[in-house]
Amino acid sequence: MAANCRSQNSSACKGQGAFVARAEGAADIASGEGRDDAEAVVATVAECAASGRTLAITGHRSKRFLGEAQAEETLSVADYTGIMAHRPNELVLTARAGTPLACIERLLRAHRQMLPFDPPQFGGNGTFGGAIATGLAGPGRPWRGGVRDSVLGVEIVNGKGERLRFGGSVIKNVAGYDVSRLVTGSFGTLGVILSASVRLLPMPEAEQTLVRECDAARAGRWLRAWSRWPLPITATCFEGGLLRVRVSGAQTAIADAAMELGMPMRDPNAAFWQRVRDHEHPWFHGYAPLTRIAIPRGTPFERNDALIEWGGTQAWLREADVAPPPEGHVRSYRPTARTAVSNPALARYMQRIKEAFDPKAILNPGLLQLDPA
Amino acid sequence: MTTREAETALRACLPRNDLVTDSAAVRPFETDGLTAIRQKPWAVALPENVDQVRAVLSACREHGVPVVTRGAGTGLSGGARPLAEGLLLVLSKLRSIREIDLNACTATVEPGVTNLSISQAVARHGLFYAPDPSSQIACSIGGNVAENSGGVHCLKYGLTVHNVLGIRVQTFEGDELVLGGKTHDSPGYDLLAAMVGSEGMLGVVTEVTVKLLPLPRAKRVLLAAFDDVEVAGDAVGAIIAAGILPAGLEMMDRLAINAAEDFVHAGYPRDAAAILLCEVDGTEQEVQADVARVRDVLEARGARVTLAETEPEQARLWQGRKAAFPAAGRLAPDYYCMDGTIPRAELGGVLRRIGEMSEECGLAVANVFHAGDGNLHPLILYDSGAPGQLDQAEKLGGQILSLCVQVGGTVTGEHGVGVEKLDTMCEQFGALELAQFHRLKEAFDPAGLMNPGKAIPTLARCSELGGMHVHGGELPFPELERL
Repeated sequence: MAANCRSQNSSACKGQGAFVARAEGAADIASGEGRDDAEAVVATVAECAASGRTLAITGHRSKRFLGEAQAEETLSVADYTGIMAHRPNELVLTARAGTPLACIERLLRAHRQMLPFDPPQFGGNGTFGGAIATGLAGPGRPWRGGVRDSVLGVEIVNGKGERLRFGGSVIKNVAGYDVSRLVTGSFGTLGVILSASVRLLPMPEAEQTLVRECDAARAGRWLRAWSRWPLPITATCFEGGLLRVRVSGAQTAIADAAMELGMPMRDPNAAFWQRVRDHEHPWFHGYAPLTRIAIPRGTPFERNDALIEWGGTQAWLREADVAPPPEGHVRSYRPTARTAVSNPALARYMQRIKEAFDPKAILNPGLLQLDPA
Repeated sequence: MTTREAETALRACLPRNDLVTDSAAVRPFETDGLTAIRQKPWAVALPENVDQVRAVLSACREHGVPVVTRGAGTGLSGGARPLAEGLLLVLSKLRSIREIDLNACTATVEPGVTNLSISQAVARHGLFYAPDPSSQIACSIGGNVAENSGGVHCLKYGLTVHNVLGIRVQTFEGDELVLGGKTHDSPGYDLLAAMVGSEGMLGVVTEVTVKLLPLPRAKRVLLAAFDDVEVAGDAVGAIIAAGILPAGLEMMDRLAINAAEDFVHAGYPRDAAAILLCEVDGTEQEVQADVARVRDVLEARGARVTLAETEPEQARLWQGRKAAFPAAGRLAPDYYCMDGTIPRAELGGVLRRIGEMSEECGLAVANVFHAGDGNLHPLILYDSGAPGQLDQAEKLGGQILSLCVQVGGTVTGEHGVGVEKLDTMCEQFGALELAQFHRLKEAFDPAGLMNPGKAIPTLARCSELGGMHVHGGELPFPELERL
């Protein structure tokens, strides 16, 4: 990861050492690292707003398999980089949209902190803005929260070319509507994200992966029962007849949890979770179709050929045309499919919200399908 | 606007005594928890089920009657203040717990169900609902959603927005929207996030599905006494920086400590300049490890630390904190409670500055607050009977909130804007942001009849105050006249 960070985005990460040194003692926002050409972004959007030309927003294009906008112009925020503030005592980080996730991870690791939502870095790439815009979270999602749970504030350029700031960098803030969370996961269709502030978590003292053999049905039964136990579980994955459980916290607490779960066997491969997160695990290899299934909490999903994460609430299948479980939903990752909202009433209100932010529909056209079915 | 026809239409939706129009009978509804502001509503509707709520909204839409939704009326910012020409839609009769799903660890309830009763209903299963505003015995879950309520334990467990999985909403236009649910995400925009904390401006919440968590097996409370308020403030950040996430981290200053001691005898050291109450929870091993680390951090900063091991000892320590507001109420005839949030690193400096401002204006300020998340509750003590003191208190309150915004914080951490903080919103947001807020409201409520006049100030109001922020010299709507 660190190598990626250096080789691909030298300008973004260069000087980060200096920044870290300053951030430790600095009381104020340390700007100036990376590139701050926000005005250029604002100007581009404003020009398109005036002319009605459509705009595709990109970063590293690491998540292009989730759909790419077909637009007349392309606006890359990959060069709009830099960590604007990180005060370890605050457990808050503010960074520009183009900042590589790998750089942020590296800075935080030095302070034994982490992004709670642990965003995927497909192919080792991915920007901070892309993580916020897509709202994708890693293996710890049910326990540490999703992207929207950590976002505290955003700065965006809406479809009228207006530079707007919502939320802030404090944990509790109920002034005005929660536009920061509304923008999270909106795939850039409400505004170009310039920067965002997110809350952080302290890294646990220790972490271990427990493993045991079972089938999907048994794994599901255990996981549903464990969800009512106060145990330090922070990730689960069923795949290929093996259930893996990550437990995090104090050393003594981990040892006790392993006993209580009846899982004395350890998987020493610490990189397992990151490889699942980034779809680098062999299960994800190859060209077969890939579908993600969002399963309601508490609903059994007992396919032995699936890879099942998130305490049984997120599953992957190497099949196309998967029917969604009741009250759940599916999304094809391979082949690419756009997000569609089929409930007509919901689609109507979402369309109005889109118009409230981007009246000429110039931002990332087609990435979110809001046609009432 | 509020004609006899409207009344007839509303009576048709509700059994006879569920629509109250008699002047004396509507009096109990003239205020919420912000009692300084009172307004009798034109009428009060008390529907018993969701069908009646829909019918009431439909009648209001047809007759152009504005609607203010109210839960238990414990809100502190006047968000449920009625309108003279409007209907007050009270949801307190919708109080059934519809489903407790132990496999999913969720509870689905009607909006009038009280916050505490959810935790009580699931305690026998070893579960609880985490957000615990201090009014939890009375406040309703629907109101919690409207305000994005916090509480003592939200440092570790999050706010309402983190613990509500799904809601059912009736819009003013007559649509029922099902937002969120038992999956971790839903396709399209996160309308659930937009609804939480929207202060009744976007729709009426008629069902709430909340996340239930396993009750922690062990907990301990540490009491740390400091000789200096700023050092206490800095210790808060140091605990967080040490990688500990306490379940609760509360602070009280000397005035608040002594008021609480006089009131409930919690055993606080009266000579301390400030105390911190730190609760850690988890498994027995986790708790023991955390207690040792917190103690080290506190003692390194010169604090005298006591540990409450047993349940009764812990309850006694918390009792003083929980009684702090009524205790402060005995120090002066009136108090004005503020709700700003600031970055933790600014705690020490901001507390010192509040002390100076308090001296300058001659009104005492007691500080009792959620230190862990930087959420201040300065209580400005005043006497509404003394000429000019209310004005002075409001002025000091405004100064404190301005200070919060200046150091990178917000004017309201958990109480909401309501009618109380409309003016200070002009300081926190620029005209472009306010205009975007208004457009977002229009997307849900084009008629503008859901709780009109609350939460977001009009651009005209801000411009009259002279507090309008202008970005890059660009004034929105340059065609409008400015005062």
